[in-house]
Amino acid sequence: MTGLGKFLRWDTVVGVLLIAVFLAGTGSTEGFGSTGNLSAALNDTAEIALIALPMTLLVVAGQVDLSVASMLGLSSALAGALWDAGWTFEMILPVCLLVGMAGGLLNGWLVTRVGLPSLAVTIGTLTLYRGLASVILGNKAVADFPETYSQWATHLETVPGTFIPYPIALFAVLAVITAIVLHSTGFGRSLFAIGAQEDAAYFAGIRVRRIKLLLFVLTGVMSAFAGIVYTLRYGSARADNGLGLELVVIASVLLGGIDFNGGKGTLGGAVAGVLLIGLLNNLLTLNDISNEIRVIVTGLLLIASVLTPRLIAVLSERRQRLNPPPGSGTSGSEPPGSGPPQQRPPRQRPPQERAPQERITRKAPQ
Amino acid sequence: MKQSETGDPVPVLALTDVSKSFGAVRALREVSLRLYSGEAHALAGENGAGKSTLIKTLAGVHRPDTGTVLLDGEPVDFQGPADARDAGIAVIYQEPTLFADLTIAENIFMSRQPLRSFGRIDHAAVHEATAALMRRLGVDLDPKRPARGLSIADQQIVEIAKALSFDARVLIMDEPTAALTGSETARLFSVVRTLRAEGAAVLFISHRLEEIFQLCQRVTTLRDGCWIASEPLADLTEDDLVHRMVGRDLDELYPKQDTRIGECALSVRRLTREGVFFDVSFEVRRGEIVALAGLVGAGRSEVVQAVFGVDRADAGAVEVNGRTLPPGSPTAAMDAGIALVPEDRRQRGLVMEMSIERNIGLTGLDELGRAGLVRRTLERGRATDWATKLQLKYNRLSDTVEVLSGGNQQKVVLAKWLATEPSVLIVDEPTRGIDVGTKAEVHRLLSSLAAEGLAVLMVSSDLPEVLGMADRVLVMHEGRLVAEIPRDEATEASVMAAATGRNGGSGEEAA
Repeated sequence: MTGLGKFLRWDTVVGVLLIAVFLAGTGSTEGFGSTGNLSAALNDTAEIALIALPMTLLVVAGQVDLSVASMLGLSSALAGALWDAGWTFEMILPVCLLVGMAGGLLNGWLVTRVGLPSLAVTIGTLTLYRGLASVILGNKAVADFPETYSQWATHLETVPGTFIPYPIALFAVLAVITAIVLHSTGFGRSLFAIGAQEDAAYFAGIRVRRIKLLLFVLTGVMSAFAGIVYTLRYGSARADNGLGLELVVIASVLLGGIDFNGGKGTLGGAVAGVLLIGLLNNLLTLNDISNEIRVIVTGLLLIASVLTPRLIAVLSERRQRLNPPPGSGTSGSEPPGSGPPQQRPPRQRPPQERAPQERITRKAPQ
Repeated sequence: MKQSETGDPVPVLALTDVSKSFGAVRALREVSLRLYSGEAHALAGENGAGKSTLIKTLAGVHRPDTGTVLLDGEPVDFQGPADARDAGIAVIYQEPTLFADLTIAENIFMSRQPLRSFGRIDHAAVHEATAALMRRLGVDLDPKRPARGLSIADQQIVEIAKALSFDARVLIMDEPTAALTGSETARLFSVVRTLRAEGAAVLFISHRLEEIFQLCQRVTTLRDGCWIASEPLADLTEDDLVHRMVGRDLDELYPKQDTRIGECALSVRRLTREGVFFDVSFEVRRGEIVALAGLVGAGRSEVVQAVFGVDRADAGAVEVNGRTLPPGSPTAAMDAGIALVPEDRRQRGLVMEMSIERNIGLTGLDELGRAGLVRRTLERGRATDWATKLQLKYNRLSDTVEVLSGGNQQKVVLAKWLATEPSVLIVDEPTRGIDVGTKAEVHRLLSSLAAEGLAVLMVSSDLPEVLGMADRVLVMHEGRLVAEIPRDEATEASVMAAATGRNGGSGEEAA
């Protein structure tokens, strides 16, 4: 929004980085650019991507939800238990979504009515929801889901005529809707105002508490839905599904330039952050980079994602202070992508190490 | 005092023909200033006149483009604030920045504590030195007390003590009294007088003219970056000074128009919030400006916040144009036609990092488009409209409000609320911390809004403002409404008497 910031906006940097990684991958790694691999790579981030959408809204409003991966696990465990009990997925899905809504309501209630900080509340419910998942399913796995359901979640079935798997197609539609909501509606404006200065938003008649509550509910429902996708995608319902996934979701969102303090960011940036993490991870896997290295690079990337926008802010602030003339937005000299990916940021993959055995993971593209 | 060969005293710090530009903006144009030791020198000017740039030039933050800074008559070139500090120039800002968890003594001697053997800090020496500084300032503050919880006034004293510990000979105080109460200001002034008596030079900035006259001997006035005059205050009246600052007269400051007072727009009945205010009842009619006066802490802001619904009242009712509002709902209050311009502009009035147009649009998110989508042309139109009506000074509507001066920020808050087309406008300290010129504009605006039939409720601690603008003055004392004074009976004496609780008699009886 500030004059020079337009040139150095972090979300633009991530977009450029994303394209650079894609081009570098296609050039260097055989099979990376194939449609089969791309649909696998995209689908691998389906849950992260889906949860990242409401998470972006939350972080813009200055909140965070760390319980998303536990809700995913709870939903997965519940789905498994109900399937075991003979329910159909047509019945299981609404129940799981209701549970997600209840979890979101609890988070939101504790934050908006009791007045606790969201970080503390959701650290608590992170443990609580994961615990409930274990109570429901113990440490057994339910894995006998028929093809008629799982085809909707794997990368092997795609939207006819494209290489896009259904979860990603759904994500694309939801991303467009979320982008419109965040950037073009009064509701979206309210989120930025709440994140930037909650008091001022409240004094302007914005229903701060109601909006925050709604965001937590949305996040809970989406996490529960992601739990169903996860279950079907790996063909396995377990209480520890998606363990640690909340950090990847938040890392993606922050990488996309959403300010953890609230009030700043674009949905496009968050989507670019998710895709970047997905593509890099796929690229490193294809190149047989060891898991240890991937974890380390993930950590570095996380730090960079938080640090770099701050550095940009400090730099442009300093420049503005040195020559504050209005009108002169021309001082932004460097192009955004001047130094693309020297360090190759990947991400860790919490899920499929633990992923079930019976489904052969799509290692090699055809 | 050092004397030049000709026998005239040499100013301890001086600027000659200093100019400073930031890009196209000429913040200072050939400004000169002479500070002599032993004097308190006021720097007067509206916001944006160049006062801050001048201070920062003296403090070594900015280097002049042309012209020189003279220290004891010798040209100096400060490379940074540290150079200025070493030369004995200290700046006390409006809001001091102390380390909350350190003691007063530790704050003062931060990173240069006297040491004992093996590099251990000599705490006894630190405390003794601090106590000595406090004695010199004639202030009773315990050196061992942590800075956390100190009032702003006490924090300023600590900053001054710190400046003394650096042997500061020039003390620059940038609006130090803006957040102080009357007695705190008095204590600050006595400290300044002590320093002056010891030979320090003090450069004092305040928007309150009476303080300038109380404390200072000479005044330098800036307007639009230009030097207007440097002269002894003894020869000046307040009117003269205002005239130099803004180029117009004091009567224009309170342009109250006579209006036709209509039916009741806002009626507050027996409003109570436990422990904050009790049994407050009043009415505001169309076309009327009602002032809510009282001492700081009397509960005035709390009352208007409860009226607007951002705070919830425990008992009582608020009625707007005959409709009773649900308690605790700002949204309902807005729908009913109330607007509240809050006291704390930066925290509550504006989202500082948002643009001007978005801030103005924030109160109309439902109206600015269809089906929830905000139409940017409508949003911009609303902002342009009101920016023009209020003569807002800005570059682009997409600039953040942070870059505006205080007075212009206040105009954005007013624009944001007037755009909701309220029938009741509540303003809480509408002109605090803004310059004289904008103040007059705000008063003119309130006056003409009332003439158009708006009901205005104004909380203000500025007595001349209360007396100059209000049709009726309500006075609060310790959470209760104790007096209602019509315009022709309102005087400084009658309002202050009620505000300090010296007359319980003419209090408005509960209905």
